[in-house]
Amino acid sequence: MGMVGAIVLKRLALGVLTLFVVSLLIFGSVNMLPGDFAQAILGQGATPEAVESIREDLGLNDPAWVRYLGWLGGILTGDFGVSFAQANFLAYAGENADLGGIGSVADQLIPRFKNTLFLAGVSAAIAVPLSLCLGVLAALFANSVYDRAVNIFTLSSISSPEFFLAYILILFLAVLNPVFPSLSNVFADMSFGEKLNRTMLPALTLTLVVTAHMMRMTRAAIVNLMASPYIEMARLKGLNPLRVIVTHALPNALAPIINVVALNLAYLITGVVVVEVVFVYPGIGQLFVDSVKLRDVPVVQACCLIFAAAYILLNLLADVMSILSNPRLRHPK
Amino acid sequence: MQILTILAWIVAIFAVGWVFRFFGRRISWPRESQQIYFRDMSYLVALGFALGLFAIYWSFDFYFIREVKFFQWAVQGIIGFSILGYLFRYAGRNLGTEGSKKLFRQMPVTAAFGLLVILFYVVVAVFADLVAPYGQDEIFEKINVLPGGNPELGGDPRFPLGTDQLGRDLMSRLIYGAQNTVGIAFATTCLAFFLGGAVGFLAATLGGWFDQVASRIVDALMAIPQLIFALLLMTIATAWAGSNKTLIMVYMVVIIAVLDSTRVYRLARAVGQNIVVMDYIEAAKLRGETLAYLVFREILPNATAPLLAEFGLRFCFVFLTIAALSFLGIGIQPPLADWGTMVRDLSQFINFAAFSPLTAALPLLAAGAIALLTVGVNFVVDWMLHKTSGLKD
Repeated sequence: MGMVGAIVLKRLALGVLTLFVVSLLIFGSVNMLPGDFAQAILGQGATPEAVESIREDLGLNDPAWVRYLGWLGGILTGDFGVSFAQANFLAYAGENADLGGIGSVADQLIPRFKNTLFLAGVSAAIAVPLSLCLGVLAALFANSVYDRAVNIFTLSSISSPEFFLAYILILFLAVLNPVFPSLSNVFADMSFGEKLNRTMLPALTLTLVVTAHMMRMTRAAIVNLMASPYIEMARLKGLNPLRVIVTHALPNALAPIINVVALNLAYLITGVVVVEVVFVYPGIGQLFVDSVKLRDVPVVQACCLIFAAAYILLNLLADVMSILSNPRLRHPK
Repeated sequence: MQILTILAWIVAIFAVGWVFRFFGRRISWPRESQQIYFRDMSYLVALGFALGLFAIYWSFDFYFIREVKFFQWAVQGIIGFSILGYLFRYAGRNLGTEGSKKLFRQMPVTAAFGLLVILFYVVVAVFADLVAPYGQDEIFEKINVLPGGNPELGGDPRFPLGTDQLGRDLMSRLIYGAQNTVGIAFATTCLAFFLGGAVGFLAATLGGWFDQVASRIVDALMAIPQLIFALLLMTIATAWAGSNKTLIMVYMVVIIAVLDSTRVYRLARAVGQNIVVMDYIEAAKLRGETLAYLVFREILPNATAPLLAEFGLRFCFVFLTIAALSFLGIGIQPPLADWGTMVRDLSQFINFAAFSPLTAALPLLAAGAIALLTVGVNFVVDWMLHKTSGLKD
């Protein structure tokens, strides 16, 4: 365990360091925003006193590093700060006013984050088994008509923009044959079946995008291995081709496949932005785009950090999994 | 009920596959080789044949009996495009110099089709002013004209692809969109390559602290997903630019180019490092050549093949990112015609497809224009990668 443990620990430390650097990057770029946050919150007609009081409330008078540490500390304790919409409301309605739906950034984020995870989970549950099966079949029948057809199909679906695939799915599965609803407005108190039904179209769109990539990587990994001597040996023994692939090639192709699955899950977390906007799915991607348009900086900052964290964590997971699945590292001489 | 029908179909396909193989083995063929072929056939292959059979049956059903308009268009499109690609390859094999003839002889139809698409887009983009019937922001009094040009179906012969909800001719906008969207994406990719390539080669040649610093910066930039980072930076850029729309687009080009140059940097550095250790670089260094000479005369010519394939891939990526940003409303700005923005503006029409299939064609035309170009470029890149890697499977 010693050697593997050391490597894994090193990777984990590197991941934490990356997260730290990313938070610095995000904070730094947001601080490049011109003008005054307080002015931006209150709009053109604000009195100097109001601007000054908001500056005081949000701690904008402190130097940048104090604000950064405050922001970072807040995030570590689950407090993502006050959104501009909320600050604006409080500034006009008084400190103790009823917020009426405009919560803090964390209040906005958490339910939406759950929705996004649900969407990504459903897509992954469809995409991973499907792409593994298709990839193994494509490797099994390499250079056949099936292989070429799948190659053309996956290349086309990788290179199409997400919204094109989304509208085609809407056209066929929601408008011409009303199987699924084209608007995925999911609420918290919905039954699981209902939720699944509403999530199906965005999940299928993401599946189309992600499956193509995973399938091609699976195929490439197995085709590469098929040239090695031990596979030839298995073939000469007279095993049937499917068994050669499933019991001999697949275990050794596991590391690259796990890697590509994790990378594509990372893509799922971030690729949801466009898909959520098309289907009006109440996830974190939509919130992100809306806040970008409204320039609600604390929300943008928080969303960005969450996306980056998910991305880094999944990449880290891919790294660690491929180390663990490598027997040469597990059993050092 | 529907579920039962689907189940029945699945069972039928499995049964047909089994029957196909069973009788293939029983019937004595004139040639022995075919008997062996059936004897060794695994059930999966037989199932594949059965599936193919059913796919053909369903296509006939959809095309000729139910006459689903979109399916007919799709089939006509695919057949038309493959014939065009085939003819283009045929022409390439018989015209031109010996070298180009040889190139076309090795080319699969998909790559020929991709080349044709790219050529078509380039011609349309360059000569947009001559090809387009109207200006890109010219507004006519007739709004929401359907494509097709048939007055009985809500079309107008003056506007072959219809007009949008403001009364702008869609065909002209599509053509100018080629100029704006493809042009901006191309400029961005070039900038990304210039940046990433230059720094990457420098890092490979100089090594040392320069390499370390550049690599760590690139690592940090790559840790944030690209579209997300681009959106964050665009928030800031729009605040800086205010209401100056040209400035927003300039910022967008720079932001995407910088973010994308990270991938180019990685490749350029990796390729460069392999070249730097060669003997001829050592010789050039001993001759006392300058750094610029080393990078441009020794490394660059030897790195063109992998960089060219990467250029195609990067172009697709940049093109899709810009289209996505425009689709989300923060990319190319309104008075200019752009495909991403067109899709967003026209997307509502898709809900009326059940009443008239022509309406749904409006947003799909723009989105399809994006997809067609990226698919074409990817086909060519796939072939180039296959050719240069020498993979013969």
